[in-house]
Amino acid sequence: MVAVKETLDQVQTVEKYKYGFVTDIEADQAPKGLNEDIIRFISKKKDEPSWLLDWRMKAYEHWLGMKEPDWAKVGYPKIDYQDAFYYSAPKSGDDGPESLDDVDPEILETYKKLGIPLHEQEVLAGVKNVAVDAVFDSVSVATTFKEALSKEGIIFCPISEAVKDHPELVRKYLGSVVPYSDNFFATLNSAVFTDGSFVYIPKGVDCPMELSTYFRINASNTGQFERTLIIADEGSKVSYLEGCTAPMRDENQLHAAVVELVVLGDADIKYSTVQNWYPGDENGVGGIYNFVTKRAACRGKNSKVSWTQVETGSAITWKYPSCILQGDNSVGEFYSVAITNNCQQADTGTKMIHLGKNTSSKIIAKGISAGRSQSTYRGLVKMMPKAEESRNYTQCDSLLIGKKCGAHTVPYIESRNQSAKVEHEATTSKIADDQLFYCRQRGISEEDAVALIVNGFCRDVLQELPMEFAVEAQKLVGISLEGSVG
Amino acid sequence: MLEINNLHVNVGETQILKGLNLKINSGEVHAIMGPNGAGKSTLSYVLSGRAGYEVTEGTISYQGKNLLDMEPEKRAGEGIFLAFQYPVEIPGVSTMNFLKAAVNSVRKYRGDKEFDAMEFLKFVREQTKILNISDDMLKRAVNVGFSGGEKKRAEVLQMAVLDPILAVLDETDSGLDVDALRIVGEGVTALRSSKRSMLVITHYQRLLDYIIPDVVHVLSSGKIVDTGDKNLALELEKNGYEIYSEAVA
Ligand SMILES: Nc1ncnc2c1ncn2[C@@H]1O[C@H](COP(=O)(O)OP(=O)(O)OP(=O)(O)O)[C@@H](O)[C@H]1O
Ligand SMILES: [Mg+2]
Repeated sequence: MVAVKETLDQVQTVEKYKYGFVTDIEADQAPKGLNEDIIRFISKKKDEPSWLLDWRMKAYEHWLGMKEPDWAKVGYPKIDYQDAFYYSAPKSGDDGPESLDDVDPEILETYKKLGIPLHEQEVLAGVKNVAVDAVFDSVSVATTFKEALSKEGIIFCPISEAVKDHPELVRKYLGSVVPYSDNFFATLNSAVFTDGSFVYIPKGVDCPMELSTYFRINASNTGQFERTLIIADEGSKVSYLEGCTAPMRDENQLHAAVVELVVLGDADIKYSTVQNWYPGDENGVGGIYNFVTKRAACRGKNSKVSWTQVETGSAITWKYPSCILQGDNSVGEFYSVAITNNCQQADTGTKMIHLGKNTSSKIIAKGISAGRSQSTYRGLVKMMPKAEESRNYTQCDSLLIGKKCGAHTVPYIESRNQSAKVEHEATTSKIADDQLFYCRQRGISEEDAVALIVNGFCRDVLQELPMEFAVEAQKLVGISLEGSVG
Repeated sequence: MLEINNLHVNVGETQILKGLNLKINSGEVHAIMGPNGAGKSTLSYVLSGRAGYEVTEGTISYQGKNLLDMEPEKRAGEGIFLAFQYPVEIPGVSTMNFLKAAVNSVRKYRGDKEFDAMEFLKFVREQTKILNISDDMLKRAVNVGFSGGEKKRAEVLQMAVLDPILAVLDETDSGLDVDALRIVGEGVTALRSSKRSMLVITHYQRLLDYIIPDVVHVLSSGKIVDTGDKNLALELEKNGYEIYSEAVA
């Protein structure tokens, strides 16, 4: 509630993309290009066991035979996969720093500028403690509250560390939700993923704090391929957040991440994203290609997963966080706000695959397009033969600002069970002149009025975010639409 | 404080106001009455700066400044408030948030310190009591699902918190039941002061029993065709506007 006012303040004071700076540090990079040697290089850097290198190699071989997908409603010049770096780590962080004292002060300064607390005594937004894993280019540079969490048996660490310290868990679950052969970008990720977060919540544990990972692309011409794996054991509960930013550059950079969530019986994962990668400039030069595969498997009875995403950044976004509702009575939710401005393109949505009895899913997707941007909601709801009495409710709302942008809704529904119910509602609207005038008559400037009205339009989604992020997200909504009216 | 001279206004190709003159001094309450389609709401929109209302001739001076030069939000900052005949819905934005955004924008413009959440709550509560507006209503989205009467009371609440210098009330009495009319009438009257002028557009004398006007005008076919004291309103209620339509024709 407080946040809207803050939004208005922020909109006035913050320049368009305040995260666009570059940190000047020495980096340890793999040679340019992609081949088996590069993959061996990454694996060696991470001191990985041979099973993992083998898995990477299988993925790479598979990838060589794959075709880049072209079905999404996005257009971009062909990516030269040989013209990028696949590994870049701050020199000091080579083997992973032992404590914050070992982290390059330049990097600490970077996170300070970004407002990410790496010292445990700092609290984010003063609300509640948040444990942070900070991933800088290809490596995790710091993880906070590890010890406090481990007292509860919770594991929260960089995935490269989990490979060493908890190989049984990683081996059992890695690729179990998104197999290495899944799709072009996920397969590429399986071959070259560098770091990301690993979370394990033991049976019956309700995680006492928000867990979050903050991704930062810094090096130029480098792809970021992080991999996140979260396992919620029976009856456990966790809320996880991820945030992302990158410097402003004229070149396009590829971010191809994979997130796998394993939700066992009666467990509950809430996964929130505020994606604010550099979107490129007004003319569409530069920006991140955000091609991400996110999937959750509800494996037990009554398991629940909820995806909430606020997508404001990136030149192109291609992602469909999905739920495989296998356990009876399991619940999948997808709440999404996708904002595109200038020349941004977003093709995003979800897949709800109902396998078990009495499973339910809910999709609330809000697309806001301004400038010359294009936004597509693409969603699949699939009721499999055994999904007795399962139900889905989908609501897709698009809001257009200006005359040159586009919004598209592409729902796919497949029902193979007579007792399953699927409901779909869609609307497209514009910010009405009388709404803008009403706000302005009350003294609210046109830009603030747009931020206010759009925040209202997104309310059902934004209120799903944890408090700490809701404030940030509301501000972002305002900032990312700057210059879209008038 | 407000001086309108020979105002001509077009909406699209159609001329709606055809040489309107009006002068309001500080602290005065003027009522405007007139038949449907006479141009009353048009006048309110021109005063508040709505796009699509083209001034083809004439001037409006407000506190010595050229009002027509100002953007709507600037006019609001300068103290112009319009209670809309048809208040606009803004889904998903709570009335409380909206009020706070508005009040703080205007305070900022006027060089006053902006309210934080707690201060604002206290400030609003003082006003909601008088207007019989529940906290529940403040939590609901702006005008969404409000009854006709609730909308009008919410407009008066906005007027109260924005502390205008010139308040234009466009049919704030329409759609009100007897009790709500009294609440709104008394609420507006409580806001009368030597520093605040009001322009009250209405079809009915009954509102003017509460808000006793200093001057009553008749607006017909885009012009002020008659001006008098509060008794003029009583006559109009009895005789209607027929005599004026002859005069114009
Ligand atoms: N946007 C518009 N487009 C076309 N005509 C308009 C527009 N706005 C107003 N008009 C016309 O201008 C005339 C005056 O309208 P206005 O709303 O000012 O009347 P009013 O005096 O407020 O009437 P009422 O008592 O019914 O509220 C009407 O004939 C109306 O149809
Ligand atoms: Mg009217």
